[in-house]
Amino acid sequence: MINYQSTLQAVPLNWYILVSLTLFCIGAIGIIYRRNSIVIIMCIELMINSVNLLLAAFSAYNGNADGQIFVFFIMVVAAAEVTVGLALIVVMYRNINSTDISLFNNLKW
Amino acid sequence: MLLALIVLLPLAGYLLLTFAGKYFPRSSGGLLASLLVAISFLLSMGAFFMTRQHGMFVTGPFSWIDTAEFRASFSLQADSLTLVMSVMITGVSALIHFYSIGYMKEDPLINRFFSYMNLFVFFMLLLVMADNYLLLFAGWEGVGLCSYLLIGFWFKNPEYAKAADKAFIINRIGDLGFLLAIATLYITFGTLKFADIQTQLQSGIGVNQMTLITLLLFTGAVGKSAQIPLFTWLPDAMAGPTPVSALIHAATMVTAGIYLVIRSRALFMLSPLSMHVVSAIGIITALFAASIALRQFDIKKILAYSTISQLGLMFFALGLGAFDASLFHLLTHAFFKALLFLCAGSVIHGLHGQQDIRFMGHLKEKTPVTFITMLIGALAISGIPPFSGFFSKDGILAAAQQASPLLWILGLGVSLLTSFYMFRLIYLVFYGQYRGETGSWDPIHESPRIMTTPLIILAILSVISGLINVPGLFGGGEWLGNYTGLVQVMREGDHLTEWILMIITLLAVSGMILLARNRFTGKDIPEVSATTTKPIGRLLTGKYYVDEIYQAVITNPLARISDTLYSFVELKIVDALVEGVGATVSYLSRIFRFLQSGSVSFYLFFMVVGIILVLVLNLFM
Repeated sequence: MINYQSTLQAVPLNWYILVSLTLFCIGAIGIIYRRNSIVIIMCIELMINSVNLLLAAFSAYNGNADGQIFVFFIMVVAAAEVTVGLALIVVMYRNINSTDISLFNNLKW
Repeated sequence: MLLALIVLLPLAGYLLLTFAGKYFPRSSGGLLASLLVAISFLLSMGAFFMTRQHGMFVTGPFSWIDTAEFRASFSLQADSLTLVMSVMITGVSALIHFYSIGYMKEDPLINRFFSYMNLFVFFMLLLVMADNYLLLFAGWEGVGLCSYLLIGFWFKNPEYAKAADKAFIINRIGDLGFLLAIATLYITFGTLKFADIQTQLQSGIGVNQMTLITLLLFTGAVGKSAQIPLFTWLPDAMAGPTPVSALIHAATMVTAGIYLVIRSRALFMLSPLSMHVVSAIGIITALFAASIALRQFDIKKILAYSTISQLGLMFFALGLGAFDASLFHLLTHAFFKALLFLCAGSVIHGLHGQQDIRFMGHLKEKTPVTFITMLIGALAISGIPPFSGFFSKDGILAAAQQASPLLWILGLGVSLLTSFYMFRLIYLVFYGQYRGETGSWDPIHESPRIMTTPLIILAILSVISGLINVPGLFGGGEWLGNYTGLVQVMREGDHLTEWILMIITLLAVSGMILLARNRFTGKDIPEVSATTTKPIGRLLTGKYYVDEIYQAVITNPLARISDTLYSFVELKIVDALVEGVGATVSYLSRIFRFLQSGSVSFYLFFMVVGIILVLVLNLFM
């Protein structure tokens, strides 16, 4: 049986942090700069998963399973959220034949 | 069970006429209401005669208000005092109901009228049958409500509607006193039941506490029974139909104050100060109102002031401790004053709405039954033997004479004024020459049988009801006083003095009647033709300007304060604050609304910036 904990601990913790930080920043910047709403949702997923990665890593290093259970919950919530988000995008597309977020600017002052 | 039936029959009449009134033909609604009250009367009589074997009637208790802090039950009781009152109430009510069938015949809302009348009887019975102060208060407020509804029955006339408002508002002042009295009673005794309070009195309660309670109770009585200073509503209450004046504002509701004091007599007896206040207010009101009645011209207003004056006399007797004399006068007064009002109604009916006695005269030819019955009423109220008023007023005067000769003289003064204004009324209305417009003489008619029959019955009662409490002086047994157990002091006195004083009273009263006859039967009646310029006469015609004084001292300043509050506090402060908040928000939003650009990436950008700011701030703080 493979010892997951020691396998995970073979990589130093800093690397995990660095990777997830990078992923998170990529997601955040993507949200700000991209126009396509599907890509924005993907960026959100990216941010969520970077956090998941961090949680799993911390959990492995501390020898405590709580973090990994959290990860499962977050995945379930993220799945639900994506469902809603994609449904919204479908409706948007039916209305204006586009998923460009900058075209949805009628609701203002 | 019997009590519940007595009380509930009029309520049933009210409910039937209110909710199913349109299914009754106009003529039968009144009959139904009258019959229900009449049955109630017969049951009261039954209870009255059964009480000898049966003892006190009790129905209930049903739980009414039941909390940890406060408990009040809904239960009816009928002791001898209640039975006497309820027999009187249902009897007089039944007669007046029958009379109203004739009087209100032309009115389009006759069913509503009878439903209110039935509701009134219900509340009045509740008032006298209550076994605790809270239930009594419920009845008390109920009769006030019915009084309001019936005074303003012809509410399309704004004057009448205003009179109803006035009666209601002035009564609130007294009712507040009553409410405070109930609260104080509860704090002192922890109960509101008459019987429980009675037992607790033995343990001794401070005089000051008693004085506070009784004065507050008396405030309520002053409002309801139209005594100084809260009497001004009663003359205005004459705006209602005449049967209402007879029932509510002469015979029953206004005597609720007297009943309250008699019911609370054990409390009042413990506070000498309160007793003095009661008798002082009583006698002052009696003289004051009687003097106003001397120079009024509206037939109903004269009777209204007369009622106030007689109620004052009853309070006077109460304050002297002569509860039996007061109750006796209450009963006889109910008969003869209801009679007088109904006669006045018959006169008004015959003259097609004319109420001013300056335009009457010589009516005895046209309305003989009304004339004779009204004369009987006038003789009774003036205290001519053997009419009932003689015995009851004599009881009060005897009590006054035992207290002090000065009080006796004041009481005599009231009697003299009473006989003078009553016979002024009689002579101006029924004797002399007709002074109405030419051509209005012929249509004058006597009232129909349904109206005159109650008059005759009430006239008979006015004659004989004195027999229920014939004083020992005439070899009587003072039945009423003994039956109700109200005799507090055995009046020994020496009979010679009493005889002399009585003869003096009689002579003086007869003198006043003759004086009235001389003044008001000639061809030329000065009062009628010209408005007087004499200061006293003008003061009396103006009713001592009490209404004007209240207007100037209370109503106008209140209105002015409200105006000031409105124009300053409301407009300048409250409105300014509220509108200022609104204006600030709308001014700021003019700037900040541009943040809502509609561009989602813009929002997202600020969201990320915001989160970063929060994180950074968290790091450094």
